[in-house]
Amino acid sequence: MIELRVNGQSHHVSADPDTPLLYVLRDELQLNAAKFGCGLGQCGACTVLVDGAPTLSCVTPIMLLAGRQITTVEGLGTPEDPGPMQRAFIEEQSAQCGYCIPGMMMRAQALLQRNARATEAEIRAYLEPNLCRCGTHMRILRAVKRAASMMTGPDASLSTHTPVPASTQVDTSEVDSDAQRDRRHSEKRERPER
Amino acid sequence: MKKFVTRRLVVRLLWVMGALLMAFLVYAWRSPITPVDPPAAESFDKASIQRGAQLAALGNCATCHTAPGGETFAGGREVVTPFGTIYSTNITPDAPTGIGRWSQEAFQRAMREGVDREGDHLYPAFPYDHFTLVNDADSAALYAFIMTRPPVRAKTHENQLSFPSNIRFLIPAWKLLFFHRGPYEPDSRHDDEWNRGAYLANGIGHCGACHTPRNSLGAEIAAQHFGGGEAEGWYAYAINADSKSLEAWNAEDLHMYLSRGWHDRHGDALGPMAEVAANLASVPDADLKAIATYVAAVMGKREQPSGKSKSESTPSNDTGAAIYSATCAECHDGTRPPPFGGIKLMLSTSVTGEKATNLVNVILDGLHPPEGIPGAIMPGFSSTLTDGQLESLVAYIRSNLGAQPPWTEVETSVREARSRVRD
Repeated sequence: MIELRVNGQSHHVSADPDTPLLYVLRDELQLNAAKFGCGLGQCGACTVLVDGAPTLSCVTPIMLLAGRQITTVEGLGTPEDPGPMQRAFIEEQSAQCGYCIPGMMMRAQALLQRNARATEAEIRAYLEPNLCRCGTHMRILRAVKRAASMMTGPDASLSTHTPVPASTQVDTSEVDSDAQRDRRHSEKRERPER
Repeated sequence: MKKFVTRRLVVRLLWVMGALLMAFLVYAWRSPITPVDPPAAESFDKASIQRGAQLAALGNCATCHTAPGGETFAGGREVVTPFGTIYSTNITPDAPTGIGRWSQEAFQRAMREGVDREGDHLYPAFPYDHFTLVNDADSAALYAFIMTRPPVRAKTHENQLSFPSNIRFLIPAWKLLFFHRGPYEPDSRHDDEWNRGAYLANGIGHCGACHTPRNSLGAEIAAQHFGGGEAEGWYAYAINADSKSLEAWNAEDLHMYLSRGWHDRHGDALGPMAEVAANLASVPDADLKAIATYVAAVMGKREQPSGKSKSESTPSNDTGAAIYSATCAECHDGTRPPPFGGIKLMLSTSVTGEKATNLVNVILDGLHPPEGIPGAIMPGFSSTLTDGQLESLVAYIRSNLGAQPPWTEVETSVREARSRVRD
């Protein structure tokens, strides 16, 4: 049994120590935001935060993570009260197919947590490892800049969610399915025919 | 009486010192070369410009003379040395801030003697100890190429050097000790191809600037030519008979490696060498073959692969073994050699090499091919591996997979790499 701290909550997981974090998040903890893309750490769809640093969960065995703070998109906010990064991505309608978006959000979150005043050039350089095949890069960039201004703006203190304290954490499986529904909903608005 | 003798001695000593100083000044003095108007592009012939472009790629000029994200050849890149930071200069043909007012004679003097147009001595961070070998025709071609690049207005940043290296006046003394003026003299014991390779590798290519160790005054130690050195936080492996590569190199493999930046039985060009290899991709094959022939000859033939002796008792290292098998083995099990998979680690010189530096750098930062250049990629593990886990993993790879005696100073490599690596 390895103890993982995910979004402020502690979990004892039964998976083998060499299991990639991504599989544990999705299969055991039902936190489905992080996606399986290439499985080789080359596309960024599986990006989560470990102690605030972007980490490719598909190539990270859980044996390395005992006692570390893991944050996924579910830890950035709830459907009722989305965090600034989530709100910004919804408001900019940044998702096309949506598959890369959780990874993009987490990598951007890591940058803005360290430097909420990052320039466009810095944002571009920092997001470079994460791939998007639909080509929504311009919207993603706008969303990250919007999130940055929310985090630094006058009501910034109301909208920092990172990570959600354990006491206020809602049931994660429900958050996820709601979040996915929400995402599907926004995709529909953007592109009705699939 | 005694007092008188002492005074005479002092006077004589002063005369001798004065004479030596005069001699040094005469040796050091270089006159300014008359400024010219930037020459028109039409004044150069196309073939010369084209050859100049190839030589500039061989010399890796753009890498040092371009700041990160800056205009090509406009300078401003920090070159960190043990003596402080030197900023590369603007070598675009801009008249006020670049070398637009340099005649070909001034350019050639900088290459051959390390003196700028105004007559000031240049710091040997500009590797004129190599470029002095470049012949007149190649120097003219480089001049033609550089002077036909777009001029960029960019003032060169002031160097930040510590005392006494900040005194330019002392550079001629350094030259007196360590600088041997060219051009290249062919070695009649070897054939034309070898000589061509030696001319390119030791001249414009300045391989030894990284691959030869330096003394405390920053000069390459001639007796340890190609014996391995340091470059920007990376270890530049020995490329002479001391090569630590598991499989011996030959000219054919070296040519393959130089032209595409990787070899399936040696590994990928890492760190600054990745940029070098990216530049070499545009260099004519004949030049690369000559360099490969020369370097392979310097390495010499090897009877047995080095370090093949699987040590009698490899230390047990459960943590390292577990991390390797869960994190690295899927790509590095050797079933898919580079570039489609990871190299079998016992073949990689980063594992059998002199220091842990390169292996630690790659584990933490991964591999990112230079912009626009195809090459192997690998994710970095800086955010997940703790220093303890990393040291266990490095020890396991070195001893159990590489069958080599443990490295010393792994902790230092880890600390230094951590200070550089991005997420």
